[in-house]
Amino acid sequence: MTLAQGLQALHAALIQPYVEFGFMRRALVACMALALSGGPLGTLLVVRRMSLVGDAMAHAVLPGAAIGFIAAGLSLTAMSLGGFIAAMLVAALAGGVTRWTSQKEDASFAAFYLMALAAGVMLISTRGTSVDLMHVLFGSILAVDDASLMLVAGVASISLLVLALVVRPLLVECFDPGFLRAVGGRGGWHHQVFLMLLVANLVGGFQALGTLMAVGLLMLPALAARFWAYDIGRLPAWAAGFAVASGYGGLLVSFHARLPSGPAIVLVAAGFYLASLALGSRDSLRSRYLRGPRHRIA
Amino acid sequence: MNRRSIVAAAFSLGAGVAAPSSALGASPKLRVVASFSILADMVREVGGDAVDVIALVEPDADAHVFEPSPADVQRIAKADLVVVNGLRFEGWVDRLIQASGYRGRVVVATRGVTLRHIGGEPDPHAWQDLAQARRYVDNIRAALIAASPTRAGEIQQHGDDYLRRIEALERSTRSRFARIDPADRRVVTSHDAFGYFAQAYGVSFIPVQGWTTGAEASAADVARIVRQLKAQRVRALFVENITDPRLLERVAHEAGAQVGGTLYSDALSPPGTPGDTYLRMFEHNVATLLAALQRKAP
Repeated sequence: MTLAQGLQALHAALIQPYVEFGFMRRALVACMALALSGGPLGTLLVVRRMSLVGDAMAHAVLPGAAIGFIAAGLSLTAMSLGGFIAAMLVAALAGGVTRWTSQKEDASFAAFYLMALAAGVMLISTRGTSVDLMHVLFGSILAVDDASLMLVAGVASISLLVLALVVRPLLVECFDPGFLRAVGGRGGWHHQVFLMLLVANLVGGFQALGTLMAVGLLMLPALAARFWAYDIGRLPAWAAGFAVASGYGGLLVSFHARLPSGPAIVLVAAGFYLASLALGSRDSLRSRYLRGPRHRIA
Repeated sequence: MNRRSIVAAAFSLGAGVAAPSSALGASPKLRVVASFSILADMVREVGGDAVDVIALVEPDADAHVFEPSPADVQRIAKADLVVVNGLRFEGWVDRLIQASGYRGRVVVATRGVTLRHIGGEPDPHAWQDLAQARRYVDNIRAALIAASPTRAGEIQQHGDDYLRRIEALERSTRSRFARIDPADRRVVTSHDAFGYFAQAYGVSFIPVQGWTTGAEASAADVARIVRQLKAQRVRALFVENITDPRLLERVAHEAGAQVGGTLYSDALSPPGTPGDTYLRMFEHNVATLLAALQRKAP
């Protein structure tokens, strides 16, 4: 095989699907938007030890989206708004219980998201036409239309701007326990803003990837980034990079191997996580047990 | 409609308990449970006043992924007659009948139809051909007469009447399609339930997804269908009442085709809408298809 042929094959495998098909480009753009805001958000969830809160909030979107669907059918606005309100309600209730009682935040989150999940499943099954809603809940990244794309891109842009304003108190809070005690735990306004951004991103993501897969693209790249980044400033960049690569690679896997797109994207992200766990430059299995030439302890 | 018939069934049950000797006057109505809305409509047409019909899968719901509730078990347990499509269309029904303890007759409406096969399996969607639908009516009528011999004359009469209306629609459908060049009769649907229709009226239905509505499409599937649409210059795409419409709209946009309207495949539409009886549903499908195909013709 000549060099030209090799390049041609590479082009056919990696670029041509995006050149030929608009739906592939749209899916990629949606993934990129989700990745750019998901990188910093996922990172903050990890460093704030809230890795499972993303999952809980994604389930909390369910009953609101179901109510929106029942009220207005497959309407982007109704389902997004419903999902957002429901998840914020769960966050507010869980936060309130944590503040008023001695129950820890993870415990009250678990209680309320399970409630929301059960309510969502019940609403969906009594509605009868479960198929439409199943498509929405499991997402259809290949069917992203203009409105969904605008939503995802708008949420990502606003999230990045707002995060720039609140990232300092959010970080201080997790690295300075004294400050944390002084402001009285996680009751600060920036925590509420952070949760709001998280929910907005999950709502945007579930239009494209479905509630469950959206969490995958949020958390896995952020977790993989921990094995490469040496300081907190670079973590979000690594995470966003992994997320973009997962979207790009996952869509290609779905294209060439005829696999469903949402799970393909998340499994590619999982592949990045496992590879980083094994081979990352910081705190990975390799740097721990096989002393590499650039071994460092961050 | 369904709720009303449940109320009616409950009422007739109550009346039966309150006045067990009321059967002396008019013979009691036959309680028939049909697996899905199209069969229920046929039973209603043939049985007329002599029957009370309940459909387990309601209008606009998908029988492939139906999840029976305990109320459905009770409905079957109290039925005088159960009508199913058979050919594994409603895979859940055998277990349901067994669980209910129902010992009466189960009428398989497709008995005696001329089968077509998909990949070695018989295609259950035989009602999409009016000639096969007449076999359904014959089977249902014979079963109703056997179960309610005192009202045989009435049922025979309703059945004859219904068969005449089906034949009239069959003739007009054939002559309307005959006016369109067979090479132009190409449409795409999101669900290949129209095999019998295709065979009977010479229309090519190109599916978007595979055999069941449950599978999530891969990027490869969507790319394949976009290429195919472009290559074959298909101009009309149809969204069914039970599949994700957004994916189909994406594909249509991508291939420069138009979304032609709604075709009803496996379920009637809710009462008061264009496909609320079997004949109206069929007529609506024919008119929608013809409108799209004629718009395309130069």
